[in-house]
Amino acid sequence: MPNMSPNKNPMPSQAADVRNKNFSEVALGYSEETAIDEAKRCLNCKNMPCVSGCPVKIHIPAFIKEVAEGNFEKAYEIISESSSLPAVCGRVCPQERQCESKCVRGIKGESVGIGRLERFVADWHNEHSTETPKKPQPNGYKVAVIGSGPAGLTCAGDLAKKGYEVTVFEALHLAGGVLVYGIPEFRLPKAIVQKEIDGLKALGVKIETNMVIGKVLSIDELLENGFDAVFIGSGAGLPKFMGIPGENLNGVYSANEFLTRVNLMKAYKAGAKTPIKHNKKVAVVGGGNVAMDAARCAKRLGAEEVYIVYRRSEAELPARAEEVEHAKEEGIIFKLLTNPTEIIADENGFVGAINCVEMELGEPDESGRRRPKVKENSEFTIDVDCVIMALGTSPNPLIKSTTKGLETKDWGGIIADEETGLTSRARIYAGGDAVTGAATVILAMGAGKTAAEAIMRDIEG
Amino acid sequence: MYKIVKKEVLNPTVTKMEILAPAVAKKAEPGQFIILRVSDDGERIPLTVADYDREKGLVTIIFQIVGAATIELNTKKEGDFIADFVGPLGKASELSGLKKVAVVGGGVGCAIAYPVAKKLHELGATVHSVVGFRNRDLIILEKEFSAVSDEMAIMTDDGSYGEKGLVTDALKKLIESGNSYDEVIVIGPVIMMKFVSLLTKEYGIKTIVSMNPIMIDGTGMCGGCRLTVGGKTKFACVDGPDFDGHEVDFDEAMRRSSIYKPFEKKAYDEACNLFKGVE
Repeated sequence: MPNMSPNKNPMPSQAADVRNKNFSEVALGYSEETAIDEAKRCLNCKNMPCVSGCPVKIHIPAFIKEVAEGNFEKAYEIISESSSLPAVCGRVCPQERQCESKCVRGIKGESVGIGRLERFVADWHNEHSTETPKKPQPNGYKVAVIGSGPAGLTCAGDLAKKGYEVTVFEALHLAGGVLVYGIPEFRLPKAIVQKEIDGLKALGVKIETNMVIGKVLSIDELLENGFDAVFIGSGAGLPKFMGIPGENLNGVYSANEFLTRVNLMKAYKAGAKTPIKHNKKVAVVGGGNVAMDAARCAKRLGAEEVYIVYRRSEAELPARAEEVEHAKEEGIIFKLLTNPTEIIADENGFVGAINCVEMELGEPDESGRRRPKVKENSEFTIDVDCVIMALGTSPNPLIKSTTKGLETKDWGGIIADEETGLTSRARIYAGGDAVTGAATVILAMGAGKTAAEAIMRDIEG
Repeated sequence: MYKIVKKEVLNPTVTKMEILAPAVAKKAEPGQFIILRVSDDGERIPLTVADYDREKGLVTIIFQIVGAATIELNTKKEGDFIADFVGPLGKASELSGLKKVAVVGGGVGCAIAYPVAKKLHELGATVHSVVGFRNRDLIILEKEFSAVSDEMAIMTDDGSYGEKGLVTDALKKLIESGNSYDEVIVIGPVIMMKFVSLLTKEYGIKTIVSMNPIMIDGTGMCGGCRLTVGGKTKFACVDGPDFDGHEVDFDEAMRRSSIYKPFEKKAYDEACNLFKGVE
């Protein structure tokens, strides 16, 4: 008999007023009993609507059935067939807009906690499995992957499993891309990312850090030097700013810089060699996951007041529902329908305040979202000593400018075929934020997967 | 890991190292920079490429011992290794086609001005070098500069060597005495680059400065190195580090470079005490 409770088993978490002062993981994960109980809420629908909502098409009912029966390792094997990074996705996917949005149980209650179960299975495996993946027989083909974020790692993993000799080139000193520089420890512990990367290395994937492709080597040199194909998963690029006065004052960060200092360079730790200012009042401009991450990091660094300043309303916030909820619980103040107009300096050239206007929603724009417009005479000021701009990024120009014939869209995104990831150049594929602009981990993984399949088809014929 | 093949003390606060990094050495050009981390938990620090040997796979860096990271770097000896060394980053200086150039260097900035002067000399340009230091003890690369310069002026703040005065005094003299330059290239402290740019603007001489702001990744991701050039926001790591000196907002750049001064001072003092303890 399925468990007909209308509600998901709640996720055990650190209490909000405790966790907003530390960087340990917020969600603690299901126990075996809770996982089995939650798995029994799945009706094992024949037409599997949930799978259609998954960018990498995990066989969701099949893995959940194994969890319900207590076969956790078997469940892991099923997930692994489709996903290279289950412990990561279980934590950072926007499930409420993907698999869980299609769940039949969601019609009259809450959907099955698919994401929580995925996370449970991956963690169970990491804790209990002693087997390291075996290196497959090499097939003699070589592929270069640029960038070790979710797109690159997925592409590398899928190819390596089939015997391809894969080299991943990473610009930073540590592999993982946005998983290590962007997403904070309290949402995605770095030990988990490292474990996934170690798994790829065991499959034979080579990772070369400190290699900025487009500078130290061009893509054409990679192709001349024996690589049969190249996948570009170089991720997001230059941070966007609003173009308002005061954006270059001391104390205005891009979210990329702020998060990189905190996450990659571990500036939150006592004795860290990379500095970060511990500000008292912080405004984060933007409403996506990156904005939530920055706000919650600022809080944990000791800020008394942290604001999310977003020009649309709560319904349009692009962040995962869980992140918004967590942020609110942790005391982040939401200034919705609010847009900054100027950042004001204090007497030392540091941020002193941010001027804003109130907004109201007008007619829907091309994206279908109602266009925000300024309310007249609504100016007001918030006293802050730090502003973090989390407005997305524009693609990095390095690869485009050094690869002849690689076509990009007006805004700089690399043009790649949706079905294959193939760019305007033969043997060069691309996917993830470098193609789409800032998006999610799972979409990047989907693109890495698509490209890996296309590379194998094209090479092996 | 990257091996320190050679280490040389240029003056009490400036050290030169040759690092084995063949891939970087193969592509490096004057004007570009590298980012290094001394140890696994170290800070990422950008340093301009001072020289390179493509055959031996060596990249030369010259650094001033100013903060915790450079103190730690300076404790390393020949044969030791540093954790990370990435590059070449940024755009190379555009030097071809220049016939007569004044190269102005200040302090440790001379380490970066030198390869520019050398490359110009190799390209057949007439090179007038103006180098400035606080005093005699801090002078570096005098011989090297004079070998690639058609004329050379050494300035010291206290007059203990060369002529007493600022680089702007010497440059002004050269211009006033009838030299007409295609370009003035200035590398040194931001304040010096500002005043040289103000001077050359009066004479309408195109002036290139090399900016070295705070940065983390150096590849166009973090945006920490942004500066205002001609009223627009530019990123030193991908748009520079060379910019038109008449367009750069130097006051903003100076203010931005001071963000972490209190932190750096504290780290510097702690590191000094730490290494004193070791020795």
